Amino acid sequence: MSISHAPPDPDVVTKSPAPEAAPAESDADSVGRPELVRLVPSSTRRTRVPRWLRRTSGPVLLLILWQLLSSTGVLTPDVLASPGTIARVAGDLFSDGSLPNAMGVSLQRVAIGLLFGVVVGTGLALVSGLFRVGEDLVDASVQMLRTVPFVGLIPLFIIWFGIGEAPKIAIITLGVSFPLYLNVYAGIRGVDAQLIEAGESLGLSRWGLVRHVVLPGALPGAMTGLRYSLGISWLALVFAEQINADAGIGFLMVQARDFLRTDVIVVCLIVYAFLGLLADFVVRTLERLLLQWRPTFTGR
Amino acid sequence: MATDVHRPVTTPKSPSTETRSAVRVEGLTRSFDGRAVIDGLDLDVKPGEFVALLGRSGCGKSTLLRILAGLDRDIEGTVLVPRRKAVAFQAPRLMPWKRVWRNVLLGLPGKPDRARAERALEEVGLDHRTHAWPKTLSGGEAQRASLARALVREPDLLLLDEPFGALDALTRIKAQRLVDELWQRRGCAVLLVTHDVEEAVLLADRVLVMDEGVIAYETEIDLERPRGISDPRFGELRAELLQRLGVDAPETSHPAAA
Repeated sequence: MSISHAPPDPDVVTKSPAPEAAPAESDADSVGRPELVRLVPSSTRRTRVPRWLRRTSGPVLLLILWQLLSSTGVLTPDVLASPGTIARVAGDLFSDGSLPNAMGVSLQRVAIGLLFGVVVGTGLALVSGLFRVGEDLVDASVQMLRTVPFVGLIPLFIIWFGIGEAPKIAIITLGVSFPLYLNVYAGIRGVDAQLIEAGESLGLSRWGLVRHVVLPGALPGAMTGLRYSLGISWLALVFAEQINADAGIGFLMVQARDFLRTDVIVVCLIVYAFLGLLADFVVRTLERLLLQWRPTFTGR
Repeated sequence: MATDVHRPVTTPKSPSTETRSAVRVEGLTRSFDGRAVIDGLDLDVKPGEFVALLGRSGCGKSTLLRILAGLDRDIEGTVLVPRRKAVAFQAPRLMPWKRVWRNVLLGLPGKPDRARAERALEEVGLDHRTHAWPKTLSGGEAQRASLARALVREPDLLLLDEPFGALDALTRIKAQRLVDELWQRRGCAVLLVTHDVEEAVLLADRVLVMDEGVIAYETEIDLERPRGISDPRFGELRAELLQRLGVDAPETSHPAAA
């Protein structure tokens, strides 16, 4: 009478192809069940090596290779000094004050050039990004000028500004302005029109829209521009300091070249590299602080 | 509540008739490339009235809402709306670079303090997320934040552009209840643009159907609140409206009608 509602016979249960704990390979094919694969949690899959160690291991390996090549005599000192020699020379240059002095002069040039470049680049980008009239007036000229290699302007700048600090700062300013202009401009024009409309519906004034919607929206672009600019500022500095400089890292390098001191040249190059690294760290920190709202992919 | 009907999008013809309306639209026309999407439309919304606007996709209902919000001014005709009005869009449109409470206060005159945002967020049940970034909110939370942003302006007219369209079914039911509650407490006029007939019958005092650029049909919903879809009158109204929208409702077999 109530057979259909009775608990199923235990024999039937064991024969039914459902037990989840059964090993996958036992009779998977005979019953036609899909083979099960265990998904490993990402925490166990991740390596135990901390991030900073992974990031430094590349340069350290390169350094070891270099030392090996030097000590086995493949690299002779007049081609490239060994890392040990370079470390000693760097120590000497530091202790006699010539390197800190040169770094101070170079850093100051970059800082001033960067400051002017940021003001000019962002200023022009704001004018042409925010106003259609500005776009018509500014954009075409900037697009035209930016195709001129700025290094090619050094002779002209020397004629205009003499051989003091002015042409060096001018060349850095010029190099820095264009990438900033392009990225800030693209950032402004890339702001979501829906957000602008939302801002309008909230009663924001024109300036309020710029301040609360357009500029924050252009910030990711501006940060990209800043990264490019920093890279270019060091490049411009190297070019500027190789010509008629009487102080700075570039001057130190030119002097070393005259005395065939490859060790000093390498020290200067390393200093450039470290300053570049420092600049990158500054931008990374800025991005972390200013762009923490961004819902973007951060890598695995 | 004295609804202050001014800031005309165009100049009013007879100022004496303004006082009894929260929205007054006469002979409104809006054309896109010579094709009139809204064609001589008239509309009156009383202060405190909840009006739902239905219509097929592309019938111009969102355009009408954008015009009432003051976002679209390429119009002919008379449009009078309250100075204090607020919009909640289908997408929450929160500024991703501002924390939730700053989003709520955005655009308010003067220097409003954080407590004001917190009160508005509490009203929508989001007071625990005041300091969050918008990217960390769920869809329903973001929509509630957007609603708080609209309400903090204490609008006389609240314009809702399919605000529940992107929410999942469960969240939508909660959000609809919330809007119902907020409207009853605030007493502002509401214009809800939607394509969901049930939602319209559930919430509105009056349902309008827009077609061919005008209000083609309108009906008062005099059901007792709170309303339930199990009410037989609800089913009748729903079927009637669906028919007006060009959809013949199956009698009882439709799962949503049960």
